[in-house]
Amino acid sequence: MASLLNPHRPPVFCPGCSHDRSVRGLDRALQEMGLKADEVVIVSDIGCSGLFDTFFQTHAFHGLHGRALTYAAGIKLSRPDLKVIVTMGDGGLGIGGAHLLAACRRNLDLTLLVLNNFNFGMTGGQFSCTTPEQSSVASGFLNALERPMDLCTVAASAGAPFVTRASVYQKDLSRLIVEAVSFDGFSVVDLWSICPARYLKRNPISPKDIERAMAKLPVFHGPVATNARNEYGRNYRQKSGRQTVDPDWKGVDKLYEPPVKERRELVLLGSAGERVITAGHLLAGAAVLAGMRVTQKNDYNITVMRGPSVTELIISPGPITYTGVEQPDVVIGLSQEGVNRGRDLFERMTSWGRVFSTMGVEIPATSAQILEVDLKAARIKKKERALAMLSILARTGDPLTGQMLTRALEQTFHGKRLTEALDVLQRAATLPGFQEKP
Amino acid sequence: MGVLFVDGNQAVAMGAIYAGCTFFAAYPITPASTLLEAMLKALPARGGIVLQGEDEIASIGYCLGASMAGMKTMTATSGPGVSLYSENVSFAIAGEIPIVIVNVMRQGPSTGSATRGADGDIQFMRWGCSGGLPLIVLAPTDVRDCFTLTVHAFNLAERFRCPVFLASNKEIGMTYETLDMDTVEKPPLIDRASHTSGSFLPFQVDTGQDVPAFLAIGGPTLVRQTSSTHGPDGYITADPSLIQVGVERLQRKIEAKVSSFTYYDLQEMKDARILLVAYGITARAARAAAEVLFRDRGTPSSLLVLKTLWPVPERVLLTAAEKVDRVLVLEMNLGQYVYEVRRVLAAKRVDFYGKMSGQLITPAEIVREVLRG
Ligand code: SF4
Repeated sequence: MASLLNPHRPPVFCPGCSHDRSVRGLDRALQEMGLKADEVVIVSDIGCSGLFDTFFQTHAFHGLHGRALTYAAGIKLSRPDLKVIVTMGDGGLGIGGAHLLAACRRNLDLTLLVLNNFNFGMTGGQFSCTTPEQSSVASGFLNALERPMDLCTVAASAGAPFVTRASVYQKDLSRLIVEAVSFDGFSVVDLWSICPARYLKRNPISPKDIERAMAKLPVFHGPVATNARNEYGRNYRQKSGRQTVDPDWKGVDKLYEPPVKERRELVLLGSAGERVITAGHLLAGAAVLAGMRVTQKNDYNITVMRGPSVTELIISPGPITYTGVEQPDVVIGLSQEGVNRGRDLFERMTSWGRVFSTMGVEIPATSAQILEVDLKAARIKKKERALAMLSILARTGDPLTGQMLTRALEQTFHGKRLTEALDVLQRAATLPGFQEKP
Repeated sequence: MGVLFVDGNQAVAMGAIYAGCTFFAAYPITPASTLLEAMLKALPARGGIVLQGEDEIASIGYCLGASMAGMKTMTATSGPGVSLYSENVSFAIAGEIPIVIVNVMRQGPSTGSATRGADGDIQFMRWGCSGGLPLIVLAPTDVRDCFTLTVHAFNLAERFRCPVFLASNKEIGMTYETLDMDTVEKPPLIDRASHTSGSFLPFQVDTGQDVPAFLAIGGPTLVRQTSSTHGPDGYITADPSLIQVGVERLQRKIEAKVSSFTYYDLQEMKDARILLVAYGITARAARAAAEVLFRDRGTPSSLLVLKTLWPVPERVLLTAAEKVDRVLVLEMNLGQYVYEVRRVLAAKRVDFYGKMSGQLITPAEIVREVLRG
């Protein structure tokens, strides 16, 4: 096969830069594999290694510093047939550490070549995440305080199934790259390199020194047996092909005439764990069955299992503009902290308004009628309270009926969950009529 | 088709599926996570891809790669995530990569309050990335808009090859509403224009055009994408005239066309001396306030609800304000878009009322501000 190097843009690295070898090594590897230009994408980032994409005549994506693996993954998942090769330096490695770990864990079929020359060539020779402590670089004493990371060990422990450490001066460089690119999964090549313009000036190292330094580190030569597993993209396509579309966004048709035709504003004031928001959904579902328009606005703390939980519903025959409840027709007070959160609502209620409260909850001053319900008498548990109160509300037929509520339940829940919910309704039905508080 | 009861985030997901979205990646963040949930339920089963990125930077990065491979892509986050998107948003502008970005805004600054709504990123979405070149921001007011504007957002991203923000808010994204799909506007779909014949340069525009024809990475013709300052060939350039021509085109391709995608509702009342200007969730309180003002006080007021926020639809603002003496801009922040309105309506009295407490601006507050006179 022909070389995929760009005849119009020969490499322009500093004289003696080892990146030149990496470019040629990669080109030889692509030739050996018989890959055509349009089958290869080179994704590069910033710095001297970021020039790679321009030296090849292939598809090319040159993006932000450290993010090359993310673009590469987007391309590969969209076009599994392409060979996607990522080049970055030790700069991109450090700044994009999270992406390296994710790529290792994920095992999408990408090849990552890290041109590791122990410093930032382009910005003036500052230290990178691989600079040895004893090196003299443009970052003063700072690099002496930080330990260099071993890319290979990190990649292997993060789950990369193919990790190779190599010197760019190795004779079998292109063969190593062939192995990495042909590997069916994520492959990492830690390519130890020399930057004559910056690093070499103050740290006289030779290819032999590189070999000696590498020999002191754990050997990584291709497949990591403990990380062998299926490739992510294939796994993804297999699993996603078995998903069913849910929800189907089909919607429901009007089943009932609305028991009241006027607009109603309702608020449920409770606590996390009382299924306040679910009860709001059920109420809404019932109103939708009667062809009404509904908004449901929720307010809760970020702590999922603790704190007040409030849901505000507006049920209206016509369009609803403002979604906040201003003057509620119905307030259901389930817990004291919920009622406290909605304290302001009560004084705004008129004598037409109705407050349904569980026994023992103190209701602030209001002109509305207060109806107390002893849920304990029907052994209603905390998580059943909101639903039980809905069934009490349904007894009044305003704004929903028992029939509407049951139907809404049947639409929302199935199996065991439905049986349990219907049981709550049955128990709530045994409660005596509510007592009106003077 | 019956009536759905969905939150704004689900309506965005429905719009995205309708618009032909094939790739979605996001990092979970309240109040945008229900959109990730909805896309995960909807897209893979239809053959598309949903990724949960390792962070926000990765999530938008996945989308940019996929978009260049020809996918229609979307991502979703809230203010803290938009901060992390910034560098890739400017890349999408520079590299002319179509992407829809949903920002379900929450109370800031900083980490702020995850479950409280706000419109605090209105200037940030426009100006929050390096270089300062324009992008498009659309703002829904309800679940219907969430569907329709998401479709528009995809169309605009494709048509102009640029990032398009959907400026949602916790109070829209996580508020449930009835949605009758039979009556929802479903715009016809637009796909990015493909290069068809002749030699191809990735950023070359045809005469009279401002948007380069697209070819996907991976086809028989080689494609280059780059975040570096480039000429039509997609290679880095230092030629000042090429650079100037390039950035002016990036500005012109969007700003010169704003009238073709200015979405708004103008509700004019006879003899109104005041114009209310609002967007997002606050537009609904403004609508309620206008009703109350007329019904209870006999005070007519006109209302302009802007659904295209950036580029600023100057012509619509000028026309809407023509007959009034006073303009009142309402925002769930301490005053952001009002700067644009004041710039455009320099000769008018432009007042501002805003709130940033995590609570909605109420119709009563707006009535009070109007009557203040
Ligand atoms: S600065 Fe260093 S890495 Fe960059 S081209 Fe020059 S020698 Fe090579």
